[in-house]
Amino acid sequence: MAKHAVAAVDEIPPGGRKIVDLEGRSIGVFNVAGEFYAIRNTCPHQGGPLCGGVLTGFVISDEPGRYQYLRRGEVVRCPWHGWEFDIKTGMSWVDPKRIRVKRYPVTLQEVTSDPPDAAVNSRELREAGLTEGPYRAETYPVSVDVVKHLVIVEV
Amino acid sequence: MPEPACGTLRYQRGMPVVDADVHVAIPRIAALYPYLSEHWHDTLIESGVASLEVNTYPRGCDFSARPDARPESPGLPPGSSLEVVQRQLLDPWNVEVAVALCDYGTHILHNEDLAVAVARAVNDFLADQWLSKDTRMRGSISVCTERAGPAVAEIERLARRPEFVQVALPVRSQHPYGKRLYWPIYEAAERRGLAVAIYAGGGIGNPITPVGWPSYYLEDYVSFAQAFQSQLLSLVTEGVFVKYPKLKVVFVDSGFTWIPPLMWRLDKNWKGTRREVPWIDRLPSDMIREHLRVTIQPLDLPNAERAEQVLEHLGSDEMLLFGTDYPHWQFDDPAEAWPYPLAPASLDRLLRSNAVVTYDLDRQVTMAPDR
Repeated sequence: MAKHAVAAVDEIPPGGRKIVDLEGRSIGVFNVAGEFYAIRNTCPHQGGPLCGGVLTGFVISDEPGRYQYLRRGEVVRCPWHGWEFDIKTGMSWVDPKRIRVKRYPVTLQEVTSDPPDAAVNSRELREAGLTEGPYRAETYPVSVDVVKHLVIVEV
Repeated sequence: MPEPACGTLRYQRGMPVVDADVHVAIPRIAALYPYLSEHWHDTLIESGVASLEVNTYPRGCDFSARPDARPESPGLPPGSSLEVVQRQLLDPWNVEVAVALCDYGTHILHNEDLAVAVARAVNDFLADQWLSKDTRMRGSISVCTERAGPAVAEIERLARRPEFVQVALPVRSQHPYGKRLYWPIYEAAERRGLAVAIYAGGGIGNPITPVGWPSYYLEDYVSFAQAFQSQLLSLVTEGVFVKYPKLKVVFVDSGFTWIPPLMWRLDKNWKGTRREVPWIDRLPSDMIREHLRVTIQPLDLPNAERAEQVLEHLGSDEMLLFGTDYPHWQFDDPAEAWPYPLAPASLDRLLRSNAVVTYDLDRQVTMAPDR
């Protein structure tokens, strides 16, 4: 794994993103409320340019006419088919093929390769009633070199 | 898993059936007078209202009635005589239960106070002259759809009588039926264990097509399928089945062969627009299979091969309800009412048990009408 400086910190303000080519892969680097995340710019569904999609949150409802809006700015929707991906974990959410079962206890699936936040994020979304989708975008560790003010992505 | 569509058992007249599609006609407007207040009775007479008969099935049109259904007394509409219906339908077809619709007046009146009164009179007429006189008969509750309060009151008034099994709404409406202004009707129906039937009828205000008014009866008649499609889309996308999970909707005289491609289109497009209708928590086609029931006439399948394909595409043998559409002329030979062989369990569902479940027909019928 090699570390690559992809941008000056100021280059990607909160809510912003930069798409870079690293070792033959197109990767999107996002600043979500001051923290950086990187996911592969290839949608695992059918290969679309995932990181160019709309930044949004999860809209959830338990009843027609009532809306809950979670994780604003932390979701990217693939421009090709609208699949919703959590930027922080690369997980797709809301699989149309799976029934949202309210009647049964939700089982936690620990994804051990995730950074520590991811399990918490995922649990929050599951408890809100979302079901994980079948796709997971590749994620890469991102750190900030505070001395040189650079965003570092490890590929 | 549904049984295979192609089976070995054919329907023959004489097998017990529930007929979920029977049309009762008011013989003449004077038949409603005893069920109206003096005020409305005098209003109708003073205004010179000769009839409130709807023209969905025009009397002069051959298709509107099988030839032997036009009663012996001239001038009376087909389906207006219980004795004739018993002789031509209930007895020879071995009908265990017939679910009747009576579409008269309510949905062709702009004066909604009058529409409320006429709906109530039609319901009382039906209970008095049909439902209490033959224990095989069940009825539908007419309501003025645009007045939620009186509609709910009327449902409540009649719901405790087991001879009323559903609320009836005409498919042609002023607004798509999924919209929330109609929800009090669904709430009351679900609470009282009544189905909601949507039938080929209505017509006040909106053209039956989205592109304007058709020129010919043929166009108008075939276009009813479009109206039903629009209502189904509305009910699903607005979340009526999410809000009222026990509700069953019965489409009467809609046909069903257009349903599978609509399910495919709706499933596909829902995936990309989930965010807009986030209360839809499962595939729309699954929601449709669970909540929609459909009577089988008009049966437009050209042959058995197509029937097998459509039934497989529907993906459920719990949706279809046997019906004759009496007195409308849909077939000559009774075997043509449903000519496709099915597996025995599927045929039983189609002929009777789907309707028994949908209408909760195991309730006992009371004989005494109350006013």
